[in-house]
Amino acid sequence: MIRIVLPYHLRTLARVDGEVAVAVEGPITQRSVLDALEAGYPMLRGTIREHVTLRRRPFVRFFACEQDLSHEPADALLPDAVAKGAEPFLVVGATAGG
Amino acid sequence: MSRVRVLVGTRKGAFVLESDGKRERWDVSGPYFGGWEIYHLKGSPADPDRVYASQCSGWFGQLIQRSSDGGKTWEPVGNQFTYEGVPGTHQWYDGTPHPWDFKRVWHLEPSLTDPDIVLAGIEDAALFRSTDGGTTWQELAGLRGHGSGPAWTPGAGGMCLHTIIQDPRNPNRMFVAISAAGAFRTADGGKSWQPINRGLRSQHIPDPTAEVGHCVHRIAMHPTRPNVLFMQKHWDVMRSDDSGDSWHEVSGNLPTDFGFPIDVHAHEPETVYVIPIKSDSEHYPPDAKLRVYRSRSGGNEWEPLTKGLPQRDCYVNVLRDAMATDSLDACGVYFGTTGGQVYASADAGDNWNAIVRDLPPVLSLEVQTLA
Repeated sequence: MIRIVLPYHLRTLARVDGEVAVAVEGPITQRSVLDALEAGYPMLRGTIREHVTLRRRPFVRFFACEQDLSHEPADALLPDAVAKGAEPFLVVGATAGG
Repeated sequence: MSRVRVLVGTRKGAFVLESDGKRERWDVSGPYFGGWEIYHLKGSPADPDRVYASQCSGWFGQLIQRSSDGGKTWEPVGNQFTYEGVPGTHQWYDGTPHPWDFKRVWHLEPSLTDPDIVLAGIEDAALFRSTDGGTTWQELAGLRGHGSGPAWTPGAGGMCLHTIIQDPRNPNRMFVAISAAGAFRTADGGKSWQPINRGLRSQHIPDPTAEVGHCVHRIAMHPTRPNVLFMQKHWDVMRSDDSGDSWHEVSGNLPTDFGFPIDVHAHEPETVYVIPIKSDSEHYPPDAKLRVYRSRSGGNEWEPLTKGLPQRDCYVNVLRDAMATDSLDACGVYFGTTGGQVYASADAGDNWNAIVRDLPPVLSLEVQTLA
């Protein structure tokens, strides 16, 4: 299972506490993980990636294993630790405010 | 005994305020969707328990929420607003072509007869309709496809379709308004549209009497007289007696004719309310006094309503979708401010009280009169 940490507002929207675990078949990539997440929690469609283009929304970031993976290709393999469930894939709202 | 439910959208969540018909004591519930911008909530005239809400954030985009119990519980429904066909371009602030790009839903207008049908006015300006309770949305593309579409430009707040009025006598006829394109009317259920801006005069556009390009802030109609429309434009309060074919100014003795909301008394079609704002450069009340102005003659002669409203040091604004009336025998009038106050009058504006004072900035306010 792939572990995913969602930001507060998306946990509230999806009505989950703590991490989300999803089963992913095939290569473990941003695209396959997010596809599985949205299949299990359809209310998240359009909130992390835009509809149709599936581009990451501008103020959303993807972190894992202390790396910023936001600008990696959607089909690039995620770190082994994420694929093995040792580390979570973090969906983060970009820091902004004032 | 009748009850009143006030639906308030704010910068940081939605609030539901309820009272009995006396409108003296109010229960405040919320925030719902705390931390999210709630541009608008509105209940279905056909089923008052059905309420729709537009929820959005700069981080996570647009959501539509639906309640089937009058706002107590909610479920997210469809949030995909995809323009019909190739979106094309409109005019950007600098005059260059700019691709049409969905940003948010400004206004939700449930059908007068079917709780599963709801219209959505969006930014960049377009009109969408759902016939399945908000699960899926389809563009009524004839509006954006009107020949003038490529020339539409955004106002300072974005190019938003903010006003949707359904003619209760003719389900095929609707009116919409767009900042800053103007007002439009359909007679065929939204397939085709015509601009209805003759008589408007806007000094901030190259041709002050152009067919489109006017920054209409709000339009109001009394349901018994669907051919009479009142408009708060960027500057000027206007009136049409021919369904928008022509407009004439009725600003009369207002201290300033800039403002955002406009509304009509529930039982007196010639009684109209506006809230004058100092100017387009200074979005607060003139003389720091918050005054609602009422005309009982359909415009031109206006009286200030001040009892219970702050008459010194007041620098709030009242946004275009933030005023509404109830339909009790003694018509109630309500508005919310950017300072987070919601004011109510249970006597058509003669006396005002703050129902609640310290909400986040109010973006919208709607009222349901419940049996």
